[in-house]
Amino acid sequence: MTVETPPLPPSPASPSPRRLVVRLLLVVAASFAFGWAMVPFYDVLCKVTGLNGKTPGFQAGGVAAAEPPSAIDWTRTVTVEFTGTIMPGLPWDMRPLTTSLDLHPGELQQVKYLVRNTSDRPIVGQAIPSVSPGQAAQYFHKLDCFCFRQQTLAPGESREMPLTFIIKPEIDRDIRQITLSYAFYNTEEPRREAR
Amino acid sequence: MEATTHPAVRHAAHPTGLLRWLTTTNHKDIGTLYLSFSLIMFFVGGAMILAVRAELFQPGLQLMQPELFNQLIGVHALVMIFAALMPAATGFANWMIPLMIGAPDMALPRLNNWGFWLLPPAALLLTLPFVLAFFGVGSGAIDTGWTFYAPLSIQAGMGIDFAIFAVHLLGISSIMGSINIIATIFNLRAPGMTLMKMPLFVWGWLITAFLLIATIPVLAGAVTMLLTDRHFGTHFFKAAGGGDPILFQHLFWFFGHPEVYILLLPVWGLMPHVVSAFSRKPIYGYKAQVWSFVAIGILSVIVWAHHFFTAGMPVPALIYFMFSTMSISLPLAVLFFCWIATMWRGSMSFETPMLFATGFIVLFGMAGLTGLVLADVAADAQYHHSYFVVAHFHYALFAGGIMGVMTGVYYWLPKWTGRMYSETVGKWHFWLTVVSFNLTFMPQFFLGLAGMPRRIPDYALQFAEFNAISTVGAFILGFSQLLFAWNVIQCLRGNGQRAPARAWEGARGLEWELPSPPPHHTWETQPDVK
Repeated sequence: MTVETPPLPPSPASPSPRRLVVRLLLVVAASFAFGWAMVPFYDVLCKVTGLNGKTPGFQAGGVAAAEPPSAIDWTRTVTVEFTGTIMPGLPWDMRPLTTSLDLHPGELQQVKYLVRNTSDRPIVGQAIPSVSPGQAAQYFHKLDCFCFRQQTLAPGESREMPLTFIIKPEIDRDIRQITLSYAFYNTEEPRREAR
Repeated sequence: MEATTHPAVRHAAHPTGLLRWLTTTNHKDIGTLYLSFSLIMFFVGGAMILAVRAELFQPGLQLMQPELFNQLIGVHALVMIFAALMPAATGFANWMIPLMIGAPDMALPRLNNWGFWLLPPAALLLTLPFVLAFFGVGSGAIDTGWTFYAPLSIQAGMGIDFAIFAVHLLGISSIMGSINIIATIFNLRAPGMTLMKMPLFVWGWLITAFLLIATIPVLAGAVTMLLTDRHFGTHFFKAAGGGDPILFQHLFWFFGHPEVYILLLPVWGLMPHVVSAFSRKPIYGYKAQVWSFVAIGILSVIVWAHHFFTAGMPVPALIYFMFSTMSISLPLAVLFFCWIATMWRGSMSFETPMLFATGFIVLFGMAGLTGLVLADVAADAQYHHSYFVVAHFHYALFAGGIMGVMTGVYYWLPKWTGRMYSETVGKWHFWLTVVSFNLTFMPQFFLGLAGMPRRIPDYALQFAEFNAISTVGAFILGFSQLLFAWNVIQCLRGNGQRAPARAWEGARGLEWELPSPPPHHTWETQPDVK
């Protein structure tokens, strides 16, 4: 249903706004594209700055292991704390067997997490690490980690999952405490139920 | 809607009744629609937060479960920002920009109609989940707070999806409105009105419109990513697939911080007109104010990360965002200086618009000063996510935004309706508002300093007294807004004294050359500006 409204009286001074509108629409499109371009840009930025606490060697354990061992800095200790979270949709338990560890930078260490499948079906999980403060992440070198692979647990099975790592001695002297956190995800995307 | 209310209806060629409002392309009609919608949603959003304040009157849970509490605070914010404050400013723009620059209408009138009529469906999308949950469908409205933070928003119920689509609609509406406003300002100014002769209100809106088209698309992209993360297996913000939840905060606040200035620039634009009219002096520092608007517009898009200093950033980034944020206070201080210098030695009188303007200047100044405290990285670590933040942004957005809008409404209401509002009721409205506003939010500064976190329905016993005071203040504040509605409705119904063309003796500008109310079509022949 259309009702004609009286047409605007033509204004002698005003040119057609068509070109201006097209340009403004281009600005809109450009800023929409900018939002999406932030995704890869942010990823690169994080790799450079350690902004989001992602550790190097993530899903590439061999690279870290191939590096020559650094000298141990006996003059100071760093406290590393271990924690973990099970994300929704994964019926598992996890806890670190070592919750806190004092070590010298450059020292090779191994800790374990105890992970248990509380359900009655086999499930494949994936752990995602995060280091806080973020600036410490690039010095947190994992030689081997259960987070490098997907982990399958049989119904009711519990397993000790090891992590071998070095804090590189180049780490900033101001950083005396580091927290390593794992989030365990279910790799099978559960079907979302209407809630 | 209010088919009989507008006095400027007499025109042969347009339909009457509901159809008139559905199909209108007249800037004055659309302005009225925006402002009416805004007023209705202001009360809807206000009712939600009164329920929240009632729950917070005492420690413990009395009235509602935390789930409903979470939904109410999030929808309150979205409604107040997107459905009350932004439409009010757009309503001002529609009504006043053509009158002020001597244009016959907006440049794109049909787009204008569409821009408005996207709003009611969006408001429905925001609030419908409450009703659906009442009938057992879904888990209610968006319950993450208005910021949609991932990963919580990835895990939450279908209220998020409703809110995402509401944001899409609201965003499209804002973008169309902004393109229209820019096209109007650039193409339809009266001959002789150069950019540097344009009224400051129009300048404020020009910057606002550019901010909108630069930042709303980023928000639209961010919530679209959220939608695909929720339903289509992408991992933009899911750490499981290599995504990063913090990225969402960057994208959101890249929009979210300019949004603050989007809400406030139209108000800063109208403020000098009001202050100058009631001080009976010309506007002081016109050019300084224009360049301050421009500077604030540019600075606003490079400071976003101060909203999440505590999320973890390298120290150089923290320092950059701290200093860039603090630098916004410089152009803002210029504006404050100009407002006060306009009053200086003027022959001032305090009608309701001027009362609201002075109240705005004082209280918005407190918002600015507490903002400087929050911008300090070291202090923010303590105050982040506390009631200090809540109090700060209500001083900015209620005392700055809403009271600024009320300044404009009282100032231009005689022009729009041709009737003077009741000065007695207006003054009662002002004093009740300003006293109860401070009663509501001043205690929240201290609650925040004492460590009370925001967005939690319960609190420790030592916070009980200040919360009780705050709730009492909130109820007085909420109900005294009925005086405002009464005043507006009286004018719309044609009660009250007739207003002359120049409703205020000190008012200057093209809009006051037209009769009050202006006829349906104005400036068909553009005026010559010398």
